[in-house]
This record gives sequence, C-alpha cells and structure tokens, in this order.
Amino acid sequence: MPLLKCGYLTYEELRALRAVPSDARYAKGPVAVIECVQEIPCNPCETSCPSRAICVGDPIVNLPCLAEEQCTGCGMCVAKCPGMAIFVVDKAYSDTTATVGFPYEYFPLPEEGAAVTAVDRAGQPVCGGTVVRVMNPKAFDHTPVVTVEIPKAFADEVRGIERGTC
Amino acid sequence: MCMRVENHVVLDTAPSGRLVTITVDGQPVEAFEGEAILAALLAKGIIINRYTVKKQEPRGLFCGIGQCTDCAMIVDGKPNVRTCITPVRAGMVIETQNGLGKAGA
Amino acid sequence: MLEREIVVVGAGPAGLSAAIEAAGAGARVLCIDLNMRPGGQLFKQIHKFFGSSAHRSGTRGIDIGRMMLDEAEDKGVELWLGSTVIGLFPGNKVGVRHGQDGTAGAFVTVHAQKIIVAAGASENVVRFDGWTTPGVMGAGAAQTMVNVNHVKPGRRVVMLGSGNVGLIVSYQLMQAGCEVAALVEAAPKIGGYAVHAAKIARAGVPIYTSHTIKRVVPDESGRVCRVVIVGLDDAFQEIPGTEREIEADTVAIGAGLKPTTELLALLKCDFTFHPVWGRVPLHNRDMETSQEGVYIAGDTTGVEEANTALEEGRIAGISAAAALGYLSEDEAKARKDEIWARLAALRMGPFGEKREQAKQDILSAFDESRGGLAAV
Repeated sequence: MPLLKCGYLTYEELRALRAVPSDARYAKGPVAVIECVQEIPCNPCETSCPSRAICVGDPIVNLPCLAEEQCTGCGMCVAKCPGMAIFVVDKAYSDTTATVGFPYEYFPLPEEGAAVTAVDRAGQPVCGGTVVRVMNPKAFDHTPVVTVEIPKAFADEVRGIERGTC
Repeated sequence: MCMRVENHVVLDTAPSGRLVTITVDGQPVEAFEGEAILAALLAKGIIINRYTVKKQEPRGLFCGIGQCTDCAMIVDGKPNVRTCITPVRAGMVIETQNGLGKAGA
Repeated sequence: MLEREIVVVGAGPAGLSAAIEAAGAGARVLCIDLNMRPGGQLFKQIHKFFGSSAHRSGTRGIDIGRMMLDEAEDKGVELWLGSTVIGLFPGNKVGVRHGQDGTAGAFVTVHAQKIIVAAGASENVVRFDGWTTPGVMGAGAAQTMVNVNHVKPGRRVVMLGSGNVGLIVSYQLMQAGCEVAALVEAAPKIGGYAVHAAKIARAGVPIYTSHTIKRVVPDESGRVCRVVIVGLDDAFQEIPGTEREIEADTVAIGAGLKPTTELLALLKCDFTFHPVWGRVPLHNRDMETSQEGVYIAGDTTGVEEANTALEEGRIAGISAAAALGYLSEDEAKARKDEIWARLAALRMGPFGEKREQAKQDILSAFDESRGGLAAV
C-alpha cells in the first residue's frame, strides 16, 4: 500500500478502507471527504461540526464517521482537523467542473480568481484550476481553507495546489 | 538571500529586539538584541562556529538547545560559549573558536 | 540553604502542568529551567495537537504554552530561568547554577520537601559518513531555528527519519520557506502518523522508505552540498548500485529521542531497561520513583508526546501536593484516576498500545521491586 511506503493513498485505496460520500450525496453539492484511516487519539472533527454530522465517540481513537445527509459542506472540520485530512468536494458545482476545498497552511496565499496548478495526493500536477475561495477567518486559527475549481473528472484526485514561492 | 523566516502563516516573525551591531571575526554584523547569537549568524549565512581541537574540523549548529557544544564560540574574549542559547547584546565581539579557544590550543 | 516545598526540574509541558497543579492546591512551588524561556518544546509545536477536544486538542502547541504560562503565573509558581540543576543529592537537596543567561551564574542549594523531575529528552543521532559536517543537525534543531529563532537552517533539506518528528518538522520547514528535497526512512514503513506523511507527500516531498543516508559531501566552504542515499534490504543492509545523489545544503536527523534521566541516576533511583523506551526510572501510579518524595513526569519517564506529558505532570503535581497535605487522599485519588483514564485513551490504537503496555510494564516492575524489598 502506497500509504505506508510513500505517504499517500489513492482514492481507490481510500474507498477500500473508509466510507466516502455516496454518488447520490456528491450529486447534491459540497460534502466532507474524511481521509483519516488510522486509529489515532483525536476528535476535534466531531466537536467542530456545527451540524453534528461527524461521530467519533468513545474511545477517541475511533475512526470518524460521516452522516452524509447531515453534512452541509461548510468546511469547519477542514480547518480544525489536526491531521489536515478532511476535504470538501462539490461535484455539483457546474456541469463540467467540481470544486475541492483543502487546508493550506502556507504563505503567500493564492488570490481568489488566480489560475493554479492542481496537484494530487502525491503532490503531482493533475490539471489546471481556478481559485474560487480563500477563507482564513479567526475561527480557523491560521489554517486557511482554499477552494479550487477543476474539471469534474479530477475531483477525486485533486487535493492541493502547487505552492507559490515566498 | 536572507535566511530569516518572514511572512509565516502561523507565526508572528516580527523581531522583538532592536537592531544592533556586533562584531564577528572583525566584521560588523547586524543582529537583533536578545536573539540567539547563532541565529544572527545563520541569518547572514555564517554556519561554521568553531574548529575541533585535534583535526581542525569545522562544526556548526547541531542540537540548537545548548546540549552539544558544537556551536561554541569566543564571546567577548570568553571561549566555549554556546551561541545557540546565548542572547545577542549590542557591541558583542564574537570570534570563531579554534580548538579550546586559548592561545596555543 | 533555600527552602521550598516543591522543586520542579524542567518547565516544559510536564513540569509546568505539575507546577500548576501543585501550586493550585496551595503548595509553594519553584520551577527551574535551563532555557531563557519556559515552555520546553511547546513553543516549537506550531501545529494543532491531536487528542481529546475536551483537553485542548485542535489547539496549537504554542497557544497551549501561552495558556500554561499565564496559569503558572496566576497560581504563583516561582520560575528560575537560565538556571541549570546540576545535581540532586540525598536529603532532597537540589544543586542549581542560578543565572539569568548562558554565561554567568551563582551556585545555590535548595532544600525541597518534594522534587518533581520533568527533564524531557534529547535527540538521537545517526552516524553516517560526514555526519559532523556543518549543515547536518538534529530535526529538533532545525525546528528550533525556524519556529523559535525565525531563521532558516538552510535552503534545501533532506530529512532522515519518518517518525512524527521527522514528518512534522519537514512540514514546518516548508511553512518557513525551506525546500524539503526528500524524506528518508530506513524501515520499510513510515513510522509516524499517516496524516502527517500525507501532508508532506501532497506538498511534493518524495518519501524514500527502505533507504538511509550513506554519506554527505561538503562543498569548498565546508557545508553540506550533496547527500548520497542508498536502498536497504529487509535486513537493513545496503543494496549495492542503489545509491542516488540529492542536492541539499542541510540534513535533519529525526531518529527518535531518549529520556534525560541523569539526575535520577545520581539519586540512585531504580531503573529498568524497556525495549520501547530504553533505560528509564521506575515509578508508581503517583509518578513517584523508588526514592520517596521524588516524582517524574513526561519524556523523562519514557518518550511519548506533549499530550501525555501534560497529563503525567498533573498526576505528579497532585501526588506531591497531597503528600504535603494540601489535598485529601480521596480528592487526590479521584483526580488521579480521572487522569489515568484520559492517559489510557491517549494510549489506545495501533500507535498508542505499545506505549500503554510499556507503561504497565514499568508500573508492575516498580511494584515488584517494592514487594521484593518488603520481603527482605
């Protein structure tokens, strides 16, 4: 498994290990995709969710479960997850495009509207994209969440962007 | 290229001390008062702090917390000062240390 | 000789939480640290902590550090900084070089009714050809430079070691504007949390498992300029012909930590060798060592993480305060039981259970050694 050899999962491996949102839920709009596959003691995703859509429970090494119908795709958990392992994917963004929101703790932040190179879990370029939103409110505690618009076909692959240089 | 960390997403990296001048091997070097001597030198790309006693090998930052003594230098005439935990003061005279830092060593 | 009810050695997460608990119960506490600033490694931990959100998880280490310093001040903890404890002596005497900077200091002896040692840990090194070349350093040293001193240790770094320290420091070096050219791990698997590895993989850092550093090559200025890595087989032997060169000016070694226990050895505390933690002092569920009135907490007891250090510190602080009569036995027991339950939760799962077992082994070894003595 690449996860323990190279540090990343493929989407197929993730699906084999953990529940991801159903196609029906993806079709309804933005939803959290939780890529947390090891039992580590951690539960801020559960307590940060305003819709109580994430359950960890007791003990806190339980893997988080998402009640996909309750999730509004708000992104609070994306900023709060210490492992930065949660993404918000909107496959209903337009007929041809999707958006992926991810935590991005690097300066400089990209500008909204900027053309960027989207990368996959291995940091490899996948496609071009456009930054549609950069959120960095106080509540996110210095973990900005960047959302990029990309061709729909890459929604399960794209998990970041190439970094700018300081 | 400046080696200082600037524009950081989490940290406020604005220096807290005033800019002062110290002397390093005879050359004036700007540093921030109160920062570790080692950090001020690293910011200027100076990475060798001393040469070993027997083989005159260069040494520099290794532990960064005052445990290993690889960053020892002569500070205001006093040898074996661990520069990673010793703060900068205006006018300090810093010298690269050879061996034990004494005449004939 | 100065008199204090409790002396805490070390103002990191374990020492500070011990001091806060004990002072909160009413004891007069002196906390001594060799650094110019308290907080230990907390102020280098700029990432959000794991753990239970009921206990500050999701909060960055630096912010936990700030909260604890405020709390320590509120509770009236006396703090000596830039001061090194040079020895613990029979009769609960603490020898201190008391100074306010790294160059001067007066020697003083403090008599303490109770002593809590929370001295932390130091980094392990890996000795490859050229490991003393300037530019080769501990991962903790690199982290200290970027996060505390706000200076880059170099421009392009090769990290050795894929435990959480190697993974997190790689990420933080990139946040500071350094490039991470590669992360190299001798074992066939990444050692730390996969989520930390995923962060740096996503940032494009190649991770070479089953590899190690063969040698580093300096340039004419004496600094690292090339790093030669080599593949390893299942027996950790180099595979000929698998060398590859990476251009880099810095090597950071994140090869684990070992507990700082010299002060406890001076006091002739009972030790054991545990395969998980190495040579560590024995202690009971009060965090008390084989020497009555001498307590330990945090990495000194066996290297774990800040979360567990904070909790162990609390237990040591409560125990010491209770032994001085500041807490009733029942109250102390109730609070300690609660903390032990939280510790058990932090030591669950594939990463925690080894440490839980190690802790249980050490508690049992302590009981056995006591039982043995009673029989004599």
